[in-house]
Amino acid sequence: MHIITPEQYGKMLASFGAATTPSRRGFLQGVAAVSGALVIGVHLAPGKAFAAAATDGPMPNAFVRIAPDSTVTVLIKHLDMGQGVTTGLPTIVAEELDADWSQMRAAFAPADAKLYNNLAFGPVQGTGGSTSVANSWEQLRKAGAAARQMLVTAAAEKWGVPADSITVEKGVLKSGNHTGSFGEFAEAAAKLDVPKEVKLKDPKDFKLIGTRLPRLDSADKTDGKAVYALDIRRPGMLTAVIRRPDRFGATVKSFDASAAKKVPGVVDVVTVPAGIVVLAQNTWAAIQGRDALDKIEWDEASAETRGTAELLDEYKKLAATPGRVAAQRGDAAKGIEGAAKTIETEFAFPYLAHAPMEPLNCVIEKTGEGVTIWTGSQFQTIEQAVTAGIMGIKPEQVKIETVWAGGSFGRRANPPADYVAEAASILKATDGKAPIHLVWTREDDIKGGYYRPLFYHKVRAGLTADGKIAGWEQHIVGQSFMVGTPFEAFAIKNGVDGTSVEGASDTNYAIPDFFVDLHSPQVKVPTLWWRSVGHTHTAHVVEVTIDELAHAAGRDPVEFRLELLKDEPRHSAVLKFLAEKANWGPKAGSGKGRGIALHESFNSVVGSVIDVSVVNGQIKVDKVICAVDCGIAVNPDVIVAQIEGGVGFGLGAALHDEITMDKGVVEQANFDSYIPLRMSEMPKVEVYILPSANAPTGVGEPGVPGVAPALSNAIFDATGQRLRSLPFRLEDFKA
Amino acid sequence: MSFTLNVNGTTHAVDVDGDTPLLWVLRDVIGLTGTKFGCGIAMCGACTVHLDGMAVRACVTPVETVGAAAVTTIEAIGATDEGARVQKAWLDEEVVQCGYCQSGQIMSAAALLAVNPSPTDADIDAVMAGNICRCGTYPRIRAAIKQAATELAGGEGR
Repeated sequence: MHIITPEQYGKMLASFGAATTPSRRGFLQGVAAVSGALVIGVHLAPGKAFAAAATDGPMPNAFVRIAPDSTVTVLIKHLDMGQGVTTGLPTIVAEELDADWSQMRAAFAPADAKLYNNLAFGPVQGTGGSTSVANSWEQLRKAGAAARQMLVTAAAEKWGVPADSITVEKGVLKSGNHTGSFGEFAEAAAKLDVPKEVKLKDPKDFKLIGTRLPRLDSADKTDGKAVYALDIRRPGMLTAVIRRPDRFGATVKSFDASAAKKVPGVVDVVTVPAGIVVLAQNTWAAIQGRDALDKIEWDEASAETRGTAELLDEYKKLAATPGRVAAQRGDAAKGIEGAAKTIETEFAFPYLAHAPMEPLNCVIEKTGEGVTIWTGSQFQTIEQAVTAGIMGIKPEQVKIETVWAGGSFGRRANPPADYVAEAASILKATDGKAPIHLVWTREDDIKGGYYRPLFYHKVRAGLTADGKIAGWEQHIVGQSFMVGTPFEAFAIKNGVDGTSVEGASDTNYAIPDFFVDLHSPQVKVPTLWWRSVGHTHTAHVVEVTIDELAHAAGRDPVEFRLELLKDEPRHSAVLKFLAEKANWGPKAGSGKGRGIALHESFNSVVGSVIDVSVVNGQIKVDKVICAVDCGIAVNPDVIVAQIEGGVGFGLGAALHDEITMDKGVVEQANFDSYIPLRMSEMPKVEVYILPSANAPTGVGEPGVPGVAPALSNAIFDATGQRLRSLPFRLEDFKA
Repeated sequence: MSFTLNVNGTTHAVDVDGDTPLLWVLRDVIGLTGTKFGCGIAMCGACTVHLDGMAVRACVTPVETVGAAAVTTIEAIGATDEGARVQKAWLDEEVVQCGYCQSGQIMSAAALLAVNPSPTDADIDAVMAGNICRCGTYPRIRAAIKQAATELAGGEGR
């Protein structure tokens, strides 16, 4: 059960009203620009293959193209920000096509929601909610199977043999003495009708899915060839950096640009809603020019002036007052009153920056048809709509060249499309004279907002004399990043933003007397989802509190959870599998500790066991063991990598990550003050995937939520001390 | 000012201020974009290049301090024995995710192996802690460096 399903996120996005018109020409141009290869379906008369795009039928034309040299290129409708969709999606096609992995290629699809919408998002092209493989699963299986059938039909005609006498294996068609490659039949196949019905493989016959295949992006990402937006160079391009206000909500009042304009290479200084823009012939000159801006005055009448300590105090007071009810069954208060034992826990979670390694940037250029954008685009349809609005053109006049993204973790999927909007506003302010490359420095990124919101949770729970949960009452306080966006009406029901309570109000534990409420205070700090969204805090609160209850009841934490998950076979299976793999048992011994957490997010269930040791009064994370049920594992090694990465991301948040503000001014600036996890702190990670025959579910995010609670529980096991709020103040731990 | 740089075996004459960081000369003037900008203050290692085989952070290396040193970037590291083995190990271990930090990771790893052909885990952590990966590819980087080290050692043994 989920408060916000990927489908609901999709409806929210769809409400953005960024309808695009069919863009066949755009599609063909996009394909031609990729390589000029022969595309199955392109030779069809309009109304055949393209008509299929409007239906649920297979659309091999939009996703699969086969070149005369037999290479098969899969058009990738999603952004690859490291999660591996440029390997995962071609795997699905290759499987049904019976291609050899060595002939597979990937290319980012153009921005065209009619062809490349995320099926979990409705009519919007975009990537998020760990939906890429899940929403593409049926679509690309059908596309691959249709392409295979068309090749077989073409070969049958040429060879004069029945189609069912032809076998396809590793990219080779065979019948009797005839053998042929895909390339030989690609042109003839392209002239055929796309089959309406295709037969998909029985999963037991999968040859590629479920095996370790080399990532298609590895080579270009190890020799410097991979092109990110920051590497785009256009003739006459100017680099733009923006001086933004120190406080969120402030605007430019006045400044002196005379010194900035004298910096060699600086071409112009303009203002846009985001701040003061320095345009230069290269990045260094732009940065130097920005440093030379003088006498800047901001209008702070509408600015946020509270610090994070004050905000947290306010949140604590709010938590003691009635909020909007997110979940209610039975009578939690009465249950707790009559309980044999009660516990109270409180948790604070800081603002968090995503800090992808590639600083945010975007290239935009005026063209005869409109504008072209180069960026690691995660919300193509929304970026088209926002840019169109700024430029006064239609969304379909905004062409997006999606390029490799140097990380995102949620940051690039932003409803206001902030940095794309900034780039467009600079292009407009300079009359489109030159292509603009907007570059954020790391300081812009760390100070720039769109953080995971500050959250505060307070829980009261009781145990009956026989160790059952007598009642659970949870109060959650934190900003809604849906308020004020076009998604508000869809995300917020009865005053409750589902993204603030998911993972808590819909916990899978059977707790009959249960209550969760929410306050969503207004703060002018821009906030956004951060890898695993609400689960970044809800999972921690639930899994630490459950652990505390288990200990209070004198029960083993695994056994205690299993009893609460009696009616949840999938969760129970993951927990048992994890306990077996981790050899869960009695306490590891003095100076050692081990903790466990289990959480469902993005339709996947992940269990985490963390081993720690106390060395010279310091906590050391030795090992993390994860068990994952994500349905059919398309690329097991990519899944393992995503869970490993999720562990690293979660550990960073558990140990270091924190944005604080003093009187509204962010106190961190770069990686010297916003501390990332480094290699020396990365534990060994073991990942075990449960065999499954179900359709694939998310893997990009679900590795994150269980890390901090498993660590808190391990520290308790080792030391008897509870660290609850994040990041853990390990200095508070007394050895 | 005019400077003559030896980058990847090719001589480049560049006309920039002497305090311009080598990073921006490589990326914006010479056009070698494999070397990445991550922080600008030598905290993340994305911009790591070699000067005469030693790893340096190009974002804080003023071009006027480079002199006649041989600059090697990710585009040419495969021509060295360590670089080629590191790159191969990166493929074998499927290290990359977003890939943005990997140029710097590979340059740091190659420089490490050049001076320490059989690094321990602690040696690897000490050197590689200067390179941030937000995707969390650290376990695979560690494994890849060990593989490359083993192959280097094996190569010497044969």
